[in-house]
Amino acid sequence: MSVIVVSELRKQYDHKVVVDGLSFEVEEGEIFGILGPNGAGKTTTVECIAGLRKPDGGTISVHGLDPQRDGTKLHQIVGMQMQQSAMPDKLRVAEAMELYASFYDNPVDWRALMADLGLKEKADSAYEKLSGGQKQRLSIALALVGSPKVAILDELTTGLDPGARRDTWELIEQVRDRGITVLLVTHFMEEAERLCDRLAIIDGGKIIALDTPTGLVAKVDQDQKVRFRPGSTLDDELLTVLPEVTSVERHHQQVVVTGTGNLMHAVTSVLAQHQIVALDLRSEQATLDDAFIALTGRRFDHAAE
Amino acid sequence: MRALNRLTAVEFKLFLRDPAAYFWTLIFPVALVVIIGSVPSSREVSPELGARGIDYYTPIILVMSFALLALFITPTYLVGYREKGILRRLSITPVGPARVLLAQLAVQAVIAVVTTVLVLGTAAVAFDVKLPSNVLGFLLAFLLTVGMLLAIGLFMASVLKTTKAATSAGSALFFPLMFFAGIYVPKEMLPDALATIGDFTPLGAAVLAFNDAAATGMPSGITVIVLAAYAVVFGVGAARLFRWE
Repeated sequence: MSVIVVSELRKQYDHKVVVDGLSFEVEEGEIFGILGPNGAGKTTTVECIAGLRKPDGGTISVHGLDPQRDGTKLHQIVGMQMQQSAMPDKLRVAEAMELYASFYDNPVDWRALMADLGLKEKADSAYEKLSGGQKQRLSIALALVGSPKVAILDELTTGLDPGARRDTWELIEQVRDRGITVLLVTHFMEEAERLCDRLAIIDGGKIIALDTPTGLVAKVDQDQKVRFRPGSTLDDELLTVLPEVTSVERHHQQVVVTGTGNLMHAVTSVLAQHQIVALDLRSEQATLDDAFIALTGRRFDHAAE
Repeated sequence: MRALNRLTAVEFKLFLRDPAAYFWTLIFPVALVVIIGSVPSSREVSPELGARGIDYYTPIILVMSFALLALFITPTYLVGYREKGILRRLSITPVGPARVLLAQLAVQAVIAVVTTVLVLGTAAVAFDVKLPSNVLGFLLAFLLTVGMLLAIGLFMASVLKTTKAATSAGSALFFPLMFFAGIYVPKEMLPDALATIGDFTPLGAAVLAFNDAAATGMPSGITVIVLAAYAVVFGVGAARLFRWE
């Protein structure tokens, strides 16, 4: 069942079109990713869904509610963690939780939620004394305290160190396990690949692809590469005759075999037949990064510039 | 209502955790009463002032404490809340951001009342300053002054973008306005023209309202009009210009 339906969404600031006719649907209980470079229109899109911004065109429905018309009802069922939003410096964690719980008709037990998010020891700490990761966890907790049906998480892990980022990923999976539909905005490929059930890749305010992460990668018809260092002399011909192999190159001692299909199996079988040991054997497969390049013709990291 | 009560309680706690806030609005005014009252000459009738120094300065200190509250605390808190995205965060909850503004104003109104009690109480108990005899006239002067100043504070919060700008603007307004309230040079010693101009400035009019109330029981009509006009102009301006983000 689709719980969020976005149709032909448009939004412009001054004369710059930021969201240009986006349409997508989010299923109940899934982690739906919105991936794209900075300035692609991701945040504007979710801010329209959360009722924070008024679209210039198109329709949005969240559990049957129109974010502009049914704002108060919508805020009861949508929890959002925002980029660049802080709490007052001297506000303590438990106070923030209790305060935000008081805003909702059916809040969860905020003490239990605080403990679930590993903030119990920090209950009496002022906001200004929290680490970046702890602030993010509080921000997630505040987005969940009203027992929402939909959680919107915007650039949750930006600015976190890799360890804290991985911890946060586990948290997001826990959120989904609570039965909450998650709308995740990110510009990290790895994050989208790891977490999302489905994702929309947005660029220039338009959806350029929408699929499961595996589906997106599979669409990229990219050659596979197998790299290894032969333990004894290897005649390239042994490999080039294989139907799976398109080319064999050598970089110093390393052999790079490019090809399609079940390349790894084909190469290792031949090597085994001739009793050649393959050292540092490695296979390279297309990633979401490659998918992005294939879809936009640009490198993802550079797409924003 | 539950959310508003909780917000107000939280804003109170935050105020009491902010030493700069409670020092300037609660401690400093009382300390000033004690310091001025402790100077022996301030307890004798001065021929220039036509009153004892401490009697002359008590209403000025009261107005000053309201000005410190409304010109510094109100704008810096609200601009800071906007700058940090606190108002934005609240706008996606069912209660919305307007209630935090109400909570702030409630806290500041209560602080103004507490300061009044402390300043007048200290002046009366320690230095025999006469308490306002006409409670109604005093209340009118209090409501007009605090209302007018909070409207100016809200207006500042509406047009200023950063806490730094809010603090600078607070200082830029506070010191000249306090001049006309007579804190540096008693009004009686100013040239007539300057003293008359002073009566039409926000803090000059506020001090006049309290003095009128003490002398005749009620603030004079013209003072009421001046204070109410400032309140309306800045209040309407704030309502039109205030942005949540």
